[in-house]
Amino acid sequence: MQEAWTGFKGTKWKNEIDVSDFILNNYKEYKGDDKFLQGASPKTAKLWQKCEKLLAEEAKTGLLDVELHAISGINTFAPGYIDKQNEVIFGLQTDAPLKRIVNLYGGTRMAEKALAAYDKKLDPTIERHFLEYRKTHNDGVYDAYTPEIRKARTAGLLTGLPDSYGRGRIIGDYRRVALYGVDFLIQQKQKDKLGIDVSCEENIRLREEVSEQIKALEELKKMAFGYGFDISGPAKNAREAVQWLYFAYLASVKENNGAAMSLGRTSTFLDVFIERDIKNGLLSEQDAQELVDQFIIKLRLVRHLRTPDYDVIFGGDPTWVTESIAGMVDEKKSLVTKTSFRYLQTLINLKPSPEPNLTVLWSENLPTNFKKFCAKISILTDAIQYEGDEVMRPLYGNDYAIACCVSAMTVGKQMQFFGARCNLAKALLYSINGGEDEMSGVQVVDGLEKCTDEVLNFSKVMKNYKKTLEKVAKTYVDAMNIIHFMHDKYAYEREQMALHDTFVQRLMAFGAAGFSVVADSLSAIKYAKVTPVRNENGVAIDFKIEGDFPKFGNDDDRVDKLAVEVAQFFFNCLQKHKLYRNAKHTLSILTITSNVMYGKKTGATPDGRKAGQAFAPGANPMHNRDINGALASLNSVAKIPYQNCCQDGISNTFSIVPDALGHDEKARVENLVQILDGYFAQNAQHLNVNVLNRDLLIDAMNNPWKYPSLTIRVSGYAVNFNRLSRAHQQEVIDRTFHEKR
Amino acid sequence: MKKISKIVGNIASFESMGLVDGPGVRFVVFLQGCPLRCAYCHNPEMWNASSKKIEMSPEELVEKIKRYRPYFKGEGGVTMSGGEPLLQADFVTEVFKLCKKEGIHTCLDTSGFGNASDQLLDNTDLVILDVKELDDDKYFSLVGQKMDKFRIFLHKCQEKNKKLWLRQVIVPGYNDTKESVFKLNNFAKDLKNVEKIELLPYHDMAKKKYEALGIAYKLQDVPNMDVRKCKQLEKLLKN
Repeated sequence: MQEAWTGFKGTKWKNEIDVSDFILNNYKEYKGDDKFLQGASPKTAKLWQKCEKLLAEEAKTGLLDVELHAISGINTFAPGYIDKQNEVIFGLQTDAPLKRIVNLYGGTRMAEKALAAYDKKLDPTIERHFLEYRKTHNDGVYDAYTPEIRKARTAGLLTGLPDSYGRGRIIGDYRRVALYGVDFLIQQKQKDKLGIDVSCEENIRLREEVSEQIKALEELKKMAFGYGFDISGPAKNAREAVQWLYFAYLASVKENNGAAMSLGRTSTFLDVFIERDIKNGLLSEQDAQELVDQFIIKLRLVRHLRTPDYDVIFGGDPTWVTESIAGMVDEKKSLVTKTSFRYLQTLINLKPSPEPNLTVLWSENLPTNFKKFCAKISILTDAIQYEGDEVMRPLYGNDYAIACCVSAMTVGKQMQFFGARCNLAKALLYSINGGEDEMSGVQVVDGLEKCTDEVLNFSKVMKNYKKTLEKVAKTYVDAMNIIHFMHDKYAYEREQMALHDTFVQRLMAFGAAGFSVVADSLSAIKYAKVTPVRNENGVAIDFKIEGDFPKFGNDDDRVDKLAVEVAQFFFNCLQKHKLYRNAKHTLSILTITSNVMYGKKTGATPDGRKAGQAFAPGANPMHNRDINGALASLNSVAKIPYQNCCQDGISNTFSIVPDALGHDEKARVENLVQILDGYFAQNAQHLNVNVLNRDLLIDAMNNPWKYPSLTIRVSGYAVNFNRLSRAHQQEVIDRTFHEKR
Repeated sequence: MKKISKIVGNIASFESMGLVDGPGVRFVVFLQGCPLRCAYCHNPEMWNASSKKIEMSPEELVEKIKRYRPYFKGEGGVTMSGGEPLLQADFVTEVFKLCKKEGIHTCLDTSGFGNASDQLLDNTDLVILDVKELDDDKYFSLVGQKMDKFRIFLHKCQEKNKKLWLRQVIVPGYNDTKESVFKLNNFAKDLKNVEKIELLPYHDMAKKKYEALGIAYKLQDVPNMDVRKCKQLEKLLKN
């Protein structure tokens, strides 16, 4: 250890696992500009060219290849290479690039459906044995689900629940492997295990889990050995640090197929190793950029086997390899390093790409040069998302990272039980229709009265709505407790949890969709005259609206306060229920791209939205209803409370045409920085930035071949525009574009 | 006792993120009503001064503007545009007075057609002046009014040492020539405090609005101004 740590300062981190202490003792803040950055090295250029060909091939059918003779596991696949002589960082999920893994632990149905869609069949022996001897997470969940949960799920009141595949959203502290080597981590886990007595069920489970974690760490070592690396000790130089860290991540995506398999916060950590090597004359700037570029290439190739339905809901093939960059240590010092710049530079060297999901933790106090660089890259690539460090740092400390789109957690100390989302707009219709589904006529929620008023009365509707939300919250919590109990039991993330503290804090992340639809609907009922059009069963299938009403997204407190009230009330309802493993309740206003699917499954709403019409994504105002310009829209969203309410994130996507952002590049960069500063200064949490023309998107929709790498930000992550379904493309085009007036 | 002004503004709309109408991030207020009828006007719905849109007191408006302070930083602020803001000069004066008390930068985006009091200009940090035309006859045929008021307003701005940004819409076949741009440049050279001259390429995006309002569109057959050509013309100004 001593040799590998030569030149590194600090003591605490040397005696116990504390990556944050290591970073704070050793990193060098960088306040300069982007002039030092290098382009892609010849090796990188050659390698990426090869990858681009494979990616183009994959795009034709949606799947390049899948391993049919082995299933998920850290060592179930032989080492794989793309182009060995041009690779600098090694390791693939399987023995070939873009070859996907079949994972059966979450559930066999999903895997079977996915394979069938591509005319593939798993080795029958594996399938037979697995089905005969193993129970899956999905089996367990369905054994325990209540009739209420099943109905809510079928109706689309609760959707996207991780009950048939990996839950994801867990970030292993992959840096630990690079800093300490695997052996030290094993020793620490063994020590922890000794300290866990067997006095209760909870502890017995934990002892079993820690044993599994240790086994996974042994397997990780073996996997690296297959590539010719001994990672039992700490990384001795930058190249090893990147390689060790990547191996740790790689093992997690060999073993798990979670929706979001995020990376954490690695750039400033790696910068310490890179700068040490540069100082010692072992590495040039070009070498440093090569390491970063090649690491990013590997992350771009991560794949999971999904059904075509899944791809439709999520708009392509996302993996949410989210990497959190920058942020502050305290009010004065930032965590920006040259490697923060190098990560963003990959969007230039390797062209824009949705993955990894590069997330800048923004603060007004970040170095000006870095802020300008981010704005410049955003304008060029639309591939960065921004999240407010000033609202998250007080809650998570200065070593947290984002999982998926907007979910913050302290790296290695907290994990999340992912819980998809609840359709709040549908719940509102249930409160008007006595719990009967407006699309299917099925009684989904019991104990509610059908509203028979000719004109909707605000206080009555609000009262009913709250009663509905209380019932929905109960069903939602039940579902989540069951799902995560079973996931721990049948599909435990051994390797990822090995890279967490043994006594980890658990967050249970609930979610809400249809947020602005609900706000506008309540506003319409309150300020205009809303008359339901009912079918023969007395169910409102449409609404007649007379008069105008304030709409969310115009910085108008009359409606914005209704939105806040709903978020707070729903969160309070959830909090009333105890959670599995004493998890802490959190809530997100995030739809990812499921806003289109949610809309499809939801009848007409009292705000004038027609049946089947898409919701706005995340916490966004409804399309084209924010008529006072972008900042009014941002101000409305900024009012939704993060702390003690929507602590799992509030997603907002913002599209602006270049001409409206300023007359020239300099003005555009400066204005974007001002907007981000102003938005986050109001305790806002998240912003996706797209600087593009609607015409360009329409052209891309009709002529996809002209735009092979057109990346745009949607709710919480970036997608390749061409991989979106036509309905999603249309929805993106229909969104409010802030134009010049 | 707090004095509450009786003046009420008639506002057509807001743009909370104006990034091209003055320095930095601007909260732009479009005031209803305009005495001019410029052939290329892209806000014809704002012409009619007696059509009541959003009515607000200066205090109410400034409360709204203050919500955008986090975005203003050093440079940004409020821009009063329209329509023609000078048509509601008393309202603008009150708003600007309150803004100055709050330390908010004020910008008047005007054609100069109207009466500006000393008080108004004293509370204006920047004037964006739309120089429609420099030739009297052409001015009249373009906007439907005589040029005298523009001259008086400009004179007053010069007297008061107001910072100026000059603007001109460039219309193909009318003023998209080097000669025309040089003429504008010479005009600017004789003025003091001109910080910037912007040429805005004409576009016909407002055509639909005219159709909806049932107003004849005067530039029916005029193509959009080529943006690149307009940029080139703008470069001539810098020399």
